[in-house]
Amino acid sequence: MNKLIIDGAEYQAQDDQTILDVCRQNGIEIPTLCYHPAMEPYGACRLCTVEVIRHGWSNLHTACTHPAWDGLEVKTQSPAVYDVRRTLMGLFLSRCPHVPVIQNLARQYGVTEPPFATDDPDQKCILCGLCVRVCNDLVKANVINFSDRGIDRQVGPPFLEKTRDCIGCGACTIVCPTGAIDIVLEEAGVYAEKPLGPTAAIYVPSLQAVPRVPVIDTDSCIRFRQQDRSNGKIADACGVCQTLCEANAIDFDQQDEILDLTVGSVIVATGFEMWDPKKLSQYSYGRSPHIITGMEFERLSNAGGPTGGQILLSDGSKPKRVAIIHCVGSRDHNAHAYCSRICCMYSLKHAHLVRDKTGAEVYEFYMDMRAFGKGYEEFYERVQEEGVTMVRGRGAVVDVLPNGKLRVKGEDADLGKLLAVDVDMVVLSTAIEAPHDADKISALFGLGRTADGWFAEAHPKLRPVETNTDGVFLAGCAQGPKDVPDTVAHAGAASAAVLGLLDRGEVVIAPTVAEVNRDDCVGCGDCLLVCPYTAITRVEGKAQINAALCKGCGTCVATCPSGAIMALHFTDDQIVAQIDGVLAWA
Amino acid sequence: MGVEFEPKIVAFMCNWCTYAGADNAGVARMESPSNVLPIRVMCSGRISPEMVMRAFRAGADGVLVMGCHIGDCHYSTGNHRSVKRMPLLRNLLATVGVNPERLELTWVSAAEAPRFVQVTHSFTDKIRSLGPLSQEVAE
Repeated sequence: MNKLIIDGAEYQAQDDQTILDVCRQNGIEIPTLCYHPAMEPYGACRLCTVEVIRHGWSNLHTACTHPAWDGLEVKTQSPAVYDVRRTLMGLFLSRCPHVPVIQNLARQYGVTEPPFATDDPDQKCILCGLCVRVCNDLVKANVINFSDRGIDRQVGPPFLEKTRDCIGCGACTIVCPTGAIDIVLEEAGVYAEKPLGPTAAIYVPSLQAVPRVPVIDTDSCIRFRQQDRSNGKIADACGVCQTLCEANAIDFDQQDEILDLTVGSVIVATGFEMWDPKKLSQYSYGRSPHIITGMEFERLSNAGGPTGGQILLSDGSKPKRVAIIHCVGSRDHNAHAYCSRICCMYSLKHAHLVRDKTGAEVYEFYMDMRAFGKGYEEFYERVQEEGVTMVRGRGAVVDVLPNGKLRVKGEDADLGKLLAVDVDMVVLSTAIEAPHDADKISALFGLGRTADGWFAEAHPKLRPVETNTDGVFLAGCAQGPKDVPDTVAHAGAASAAVLGLLDRGEVVIAPTVAEVNRDDCVGCGDCLLVCPYTAITRVEGKAQINAALCKGCGTCVATCPSGAIMALHFTDDQIVAQIDGVLAWA
Repeated sequence: MGVEFEPKIVAFMCNWCTYAGADNAGVARMESPSNVLPIRVMCSGRISPEMVMRAFRAGADGVLVMGCHIGDCHYSTGNHRSVKRMPLLRNLLATVGVNPERLELTWVSAAEAPRFVQVTHSFTDKIRSLGPLSQEVAE
């Protein structure tokens, strides 16, 4: 433990601490520009200069680089220190006269006007090198560095040319004390790939995210990528987020957790997936950045999206003509025969958004307009009044023309004529389908599935949220395509069904259970082997059935060699009477 | 033989898959042969060999046992029992002079209304071509 005197008071310091560390720790103010806690000190700005007295000798030193040795005396406010800082601020202000941070600091040291000639009044960079260090030492992207010497010294990528090596992490802009670096989204409007534009590897998934906390995208995070390359051996790149997070909330070792819960009921609400329009090549999805799905359109027109909610083409211009094609993958025997239900209304909404935001002409290719919900028909009428051209007929083919424009061909069934429209953007209102791994959930809970892949309810009209497995309920699109109001209603019904069970505290079971006639039972135990519910035990050498566990399948009844088990409501006598009855005809 | 032979077929259907599938076929107005006489049981595992034999003795020309696909059984493993029992029973049928083709075990899920119609039609056609059971046993 080192002891040192700062401004007349004694402080303690660790061996690895600098004078600046000790001062910051104890609330002694020292101005800095090039210092950042996540990085090694560099001593570029010299603003943290303090007077250090050792063995009677006084010297001016940068506090950020000077170790907090034992026996030092430090003066942070002495006239010599003030003088140096005042000179420095004069120089900074002459270089960057319009940067607020510099102006404020300069004012603190009595400098209000640049004392020297200004080369470039728009200059913001003070050459502190923070951006260079963060890019090279922490992010390890090695994109920017100093070039030239003396008065020509500057910061930038190699040869000051645009570089594709920049990963757009934004670390340099964040650490820059003077706001000299901007990330310019030069390719605004590029939405060929999700998530539709550059983002950092740590971000809040969406503006409406619940909980609203950032996530780390391990596929693009530098540290995780390095970890992947080294098979988990090395993890030392970047970690800037961890160093900077004051709440200490970043944990790179966090793993997905699997919770074991004992529950009485389960609501299966596994939702849907978007159907991939690449499966039908006539829509040319993937062949032009301007052929997008409805979901991608949503992202594009979202205020939190890459264009800030503007509907733009990849060159940044607004589209003049937009085609929206309904039923892509729905009501199509080459894809899904069913109607996805939600597309008509979201397509109309998209048409409205395009009209509203760009004023572009909108061609809506539809087969039938299924505006079934409350207020939907009125919205359909409103969109028509907004000047959207409705074409009744499936948009059959989308061609990408050599000039980059798109040609949508289809039939106008109302006119009985074939039609071709050249547009700038095509929005495909794609179908929704059951999740690709629905079979696993179906096997897990013993759920049936209808031919279209959705989970089967117990009865299509009378038991829409129940399944044939007791205690398992369905909510939302897991059962079939639904819009938001229908999903909310369906989910509400499912929760009410579960609450009903909880409230009752007991379950009602069907009376179709098996019963053992103890007189006939020989205690062979065959029934114990076949019971899927372990409802049968041997008591005093004879089978005994727990009626609460028995589900009444009757397998034991058919297995019993001595005919000692009876399936209530499906007794041998009843079935035989049925056999005889049905065969007695004619 | 002025009148064409119309076989009588007893079809044991499990409550959860095949019976629901047959129901759906009816709701969808699909036509299945009236030769097929349905008997609902909770599970195909409930069908004992005695029941099948009883159906033949009571005058059935063919017997269909239908349940859920393997892995889809409402009772997890009930149909595993049927899949063991019925082939064994088919072997035994031959020893008593009944063509084993007259007994068939097959799976029809609740979602497979078209399959129900197809299975019942093709089995009826097969039995029709085999002729009456009484004739076969007499020979």
